[in-house]
Amino acid sequence: MAAFSRTELSEGLRIALAALKANRMRTILTTLGIFIGVIVVTVIISVIQGLNHYVSSEFSNLGANTMYVSKFPWIIRSWEEFLKYQGRKDITEKHFRMLARNASLAEAVAPDLSANRTIKYRTESLNNVTVTGTTEAYLSCSNVSPETGRFFTDAEVDLNRAVCVIGWEVKDKLFKGDDPIDRRVKIGSLPFTVVGVMEKRGNMFGQSMDATAYIPYTVFQKIYGSRRSMDIQIKAADAGQADALIDQVTGIMRQARGLTPGKPDDFSINQQSQIMDVYNQMTRTLWIVLIGIGSISLLVGGIGIMNIMMVSVTERTREIGIRKAIGAKKRIILWQFLMESIVISGLGVTIGILISLGIALLIRAVSPIPVYISTYVLFLGVGFTLTIGLFFGIYPASKAARLDPIVALRYE
Amino acid sequence: MLIDLQNVVKEYTIGSEVIHALRGINMKIEKNEYMAIMGPSGSGKSTLMNIVGCLDTPTSGSYRLNAKDVGRMDDDRLAEIRNKEIGFVFQNFNLLPRASALHNVELPLIYNGTPPAERRAKAEKALVRVGLKDRMTHRPNELSGGQRQRVAVARALVNNPSIILADEPTGNLDTRTGDEIMELFESLHDQGNTIILVTHEEYIAEHSDRIVRLRDGRVERDEAT
Repeated sequence: MAAFSRTELSEGLRIALAALKANRMRTILTTLGIFIGVIVVTVIISVIQGLNHYVSSEFSNLGANTMYVSKFPWIIRSWEEFLKYQGRKDITEKHFRMLARNASLAEAVAPDLSANRTIKYRTESLNNVTVTGTTEAYLSCSNVSPETGRFFTDAEVDLNRAVCVIGWEVKDKLFKGDDPIDRRVKIGSLPFTVVGVMEKRGNMFGQSMDATAYIPYTVFQKIYGSRRSMDIQIKAADAGQADALIDQVTGIMRQARGLTPGKPDDFSINQQSQIMDVYNQMTRTLWIVLIGIGSISLLVGGIGIMNIMMVSVTERTREIGIRKAIGAKKRIILWQFLMESIVISGLGVTIGILISLGIALLIRAVSPIPVYISTYVLFLGVGFTLTIGLFFGIYPASKAARLDPIVALRYE
Repeated sequence: MLIDLQNVVKEYTIGSEVIHALRGINMKIEKNEYMAIMGPSGSGKSTLMNIVGCLDTPTSGSYRLNAKDVGRMDDDRLAEIRNKEIGFVFQNFNLLPRASALHNVELPLIYNGTPPAERRAKAEKALVRVGLKDRMTHRPNELSGGQRQRVAVARALVNNPSIILADEPTGNLDTRTGDEIMELFESLHDQGNTIILVTHEEYIAEHSDRIVRLRDGRVERDEAT
């Protein structure tokens, strides 16, 4: 096909716009299908992207290179499974010691015991504080450090010292600007000396990571009993060796728990990536549903365009006849009608993107999900416009272009 | 020789029936002739007009327009020929209803890629020629029948075509307005244009210098008036 002249192009666009303006209501109704489709697609894409962003930032608290040896796996799919895990032997201090001694691929190994208690300072008190019993290795495993003061030492752990490091929120609520270092607080009913304040850690799944107090795990066991199952945090020395570390940890644990070959593991090694896997699986389903809904609504919108274009061609049969008699070639008529369908779908996509933008801003304002519309959505919009306009416009337009001028001129 | 038709035959097949619209037409038209094609309905005059106007091609026989064989051209080449060589004036005007008189007249120039400024100047000139100097921005529905037909004549003229082909140009007009249009054709003829009228009205055909009468797809008579 020969190239269009500028006159031809601008005339095509002018005719298309005039025709759409003359049928304003019809044009708006036709764009409806397209813009609803666009809203569905862009809003869901934006929400999923925002959700991904949110989830991965939440998980960053778990530490990418840290694994957690526990009695229970993080993902339990049924009650039966839960009962099975429930029957496992507890993980104890003995296992922690063996791992700490023998896991040569680990940079740090820390016990992790936790309970919720009230914490008091003078007349102030804060309920529901997560008390974590651990060792100094916790800092490395969870990738955190004290903001002021220090963490307790391994010596203090061995000597059962009643010292604690408080979370940022505990300091804020109980001390109100006073320096908490060397002050005595009561955790539950027992007095502890504050040696440090942890840096701010934010929320994970809506739960504050700053309403916490860290104490030596030895002290924890003394107060709250040693008969509860422990979690053990293990950080790989080298991120590339994470799999080898899992093998090593598995070996040590199996030996410590006296498992003969062939018996299944009776402990779980949990990682951030497992939760991410489940999350990704869920969102994959969501993507498929999204693509389905989006395609259906765009298809319906496209059929709407095709339908209205057929009407438009029929209505303007005579006009086509006149134009052809006067010397319009096929491609000019084709272009004129294609332009019309592209303008309709462009209008739909533009309105759709604008409304989606509004919805995204609204979601961002009222929810913690950082919804944002990325520029590629805009490119997607332009792509949709052309695709829908061309795909659903080509048939009516070529029908118009092929009309016999004699027949078209006689059309009433 | 402007137009040379030799043994032009046109047949249509409708269902299993073959309709012989033209059964061998021989006709020559010189430049600056003013002729009329007449005949009762079914005589083939519309078919002949469509072929002469390059809207259709003959089934057999040859049609040379300005020494070009237009009888074998494809649709787009025919569109080009129509744009350049033929100015149509129709019974029912066939103007674009949403476009101004000026834009209607500009249309043939748009399709041959004339630049906007030149286009406008030519269209204005054509409208002045048909006496519509102060109606240029009006739309067809704001004009009288006679004025509409003048716009159509201006559109037919604007590209300086070889032939002005008028199909019952006064058919939708009252007698007085019809006469005005016929005067317009006469003056165009005096200015050197070739005009072919298709009509079934004797008094309209009288305006021309030559009348070709068709019957049953053949030339029955071809005589000067």
